[in-house]
Amino acid sequence: MAQITLDGIAHAYGGKPRSEQDYALKPLHHVWEQGMAYALLGPSGCGKTTLLNIISGLVIPSEGRLLFDDKDVTHLPTKERNIAQVFQFPVIYDTMTVAENLAFPLKNRKLPRAAIERRVTEIAAMLDLTSVLNRRARGLTADAKQKISLGRGLVRSDVSAVLFDEPLTVIDPALKWELRSKLKAVHRALDLLMIYVTHDQIEALTFADRVVVMNDGKAVQIGTPDDLFERPEHTFVGYFIGSPGMNLMPAKVLGSRALVDGAELQLGAVYPEPPKGQRVQIGVRPEYTELSSMAGVPVQVRRVADLGRKRLAYVTLGGQPIVATIPPEMSSIGDQAKVVFDPARTHVYVDDIRVTGAAP
Amino acid sequence: MNGKPINNRAWLFVLPVLAFVLFSSIIPVMTVVNYSIQDTMGVNNFFWNGDAWFRDLLNPSTAIGARFNDALFRTLAFSLVCLVIEAPLGIAIALCIPRTGWLVGLTLVVVALPMLIPWNVVGTIWQIFTRADIGLFGAALTGLGLHYNVTQDPISAWTTIVVIDVWHWTPLVILLSYAGLRAIPDAFYQAAQIDGASRWAIFFNIELPKLQKVLVIAVLLRFMQTFMIYTEPFVVTGGGPGSATTFLSIDLVKIALGQVDLGNAGAMSLVYYLITLTVCWIFFTIMTQLERRGDV
Repeated sequence: MAQITLDGIAHAYGGKPRSEQDYALKPLHHVWEQGMAYALLGPSGCGKTTLLNIISGLVIPSEGRLLFDDKDVTHLPTKERNIAQVFQFPVIYDTMTVAENLAFPLKNRKLPRAAIERRVTEIAAMLDLTSVLNRRARGLTADAKQKISLGRGLVRSDVSAVLFDEPLTVIDPALKWELRSKLKAVHRALDLLMIYVTHDQIEALTFADRVVVMNDGKAVQIGTPDDLFERPEHTFVGYFIGSPGMNLMPAKVLGSRALVDGAELQLGAVYPEPPKGQRVQIGVRPEYTELSSMAGVPVQVRRVADLGRKRLAYVTLGGQPIVATIPPEMSSIGDQAKVVFDPARTHVYVDDIRVTGAAP
Repeated sequence: MNGKPINNRAWLFVLPVLAFVLFSSIIPVMTVVNYSIQDTMGVNNFFWNGDAWFRDLLNPSTAIGARFNDALFRTLAFSLVCLVIEAPLGIAIALCIPRTGWLVGLTLVVVALPMLIPWNVVGTIWQIFTRADIGLFGAALTGLGLHYNVTQDPISAWTTIVVIDVWHWTPLVILLSYAGLRAIPDAFYQAAQIDGASRWAIFFNIELPKLQKVLVIAVLLRFMQTFMIYTEPFVVTGGGPGSATTFLSIDLVKIALGQVDLGNAGAMSLVYYLITLTVCWIFFTIMTQLERRGDV
């Protein structure tokens, strides 16, 4: 049990980085608090797994210090870090039974036999593995094998942190939900620091107390699921989180108004004039962009998507393609319509970073 | 039937293969079968002899039976000794070869070099190498005061043949094991580190089980080759001293071509062949069993 501090951690594979491009992980400061569940979310190749492997010691960072509480562990080997990690694909020991697989991390740490047996029984019960405990692990299904991998990650109760590297990728969708809620339950019961890597936003948002959104080797935003949805600090967070992602339109911002291709929008705050030569965009989530037949900015409707639970209109505002929600009461939709943006949820981005305005 | 006409002309396409198999295997084997059930006084006069050659051969109290038994035992012992040395040695060396970097290619080429040398050249190289008067190895051992003489001392002869085989063919085990090791995903090693496994535990619980399949193939190939060994003892020791290194194949050639005892040689060939076939079948069964257990 510990808090983990990243002090300027950065990594470049293959030695000395010459430019910023060479970093798989750009310098990062962050404190992972004891007892919290974090998700590392981002597209493939954004540095999530590198960061995770640095924490577990499988990768030694080229720069920075890694602290477990106050202890510098940057160069300690994995074995001495007291970390558990679960990988994307099942790793099982073919020669052993399920019970022996689960007991393996404890046996290597020379726990007393009775304690090992107690832990193995507990974990097996939690993951529904009790009935196969004495079977050889090699003959089981991929689902069961991944459960064994998860079990080996959770079996040590004294770890500083449990790291998950997209552990549910190979699992059946139905079982996925079940296992995710089990992990969540384990997290609550054990009060452990858990870090969960995923590229699936639903997985991240349902599992974690805090989500770290990564892109191109950088942590672009760290916040609660609510923060990420309501106040994306970076345009990347805006369109990566949410489905579909945030509407982003190049705009000219004048105080509390924005001009998008000649159309005028109201903003929820008064913004200072942005410096010259920088890209200004406004962003509104489709959830706060509503199609209307009365007031609003005129748009051309390109197509309508009925998702069952909600309906979306793909429209063009001037030359900008955006997505709007169709209110349930609206029935006939022609080629022309209007959209209303929620001013309080309309954000201004200068060079992809959100700027805050003053109260009007 | 589905009503489609069956075109038997497709069989024509198989004819070339049949012809090839006929000349490469069936006719030669049938010639041997022919010898093994007949007796000849030369000049192409053959007399029906039934299974007499076989009964002689498999009865250790006859001269030929005792000789066959000895040669068979010697050959099996040789195979066993070679396997016991080559398999662990090959795995051990494969474990030492780096997984990445420019050294990989270099190491593999150097390791594979002995396999590229033709058999009789290998024999000749070693024959000179081990000579007590001018050979580097032989002269060095003699210089150290060790009793080493390939042509007079059975232990020297045996050791030499085993060393030649180990030098010549351990590379095969190394290459196969290395390929097997490379096929193990990194995640297994990472998980083992996380689980705090020792080097031995990693070897016995990850590497060895994952190597099982290639090792069966390696052992099969090595068994076959050592069981049929001919050139090295033929060139280096000539089967001696006495009959110390007279393995089955050497004995067979002596009987067939030295004594022109075609009946005995025919029967011996067939029994030799059947033993080889049986061992192959056993290995094949093991391999398919492993396959069926899946995900090795």
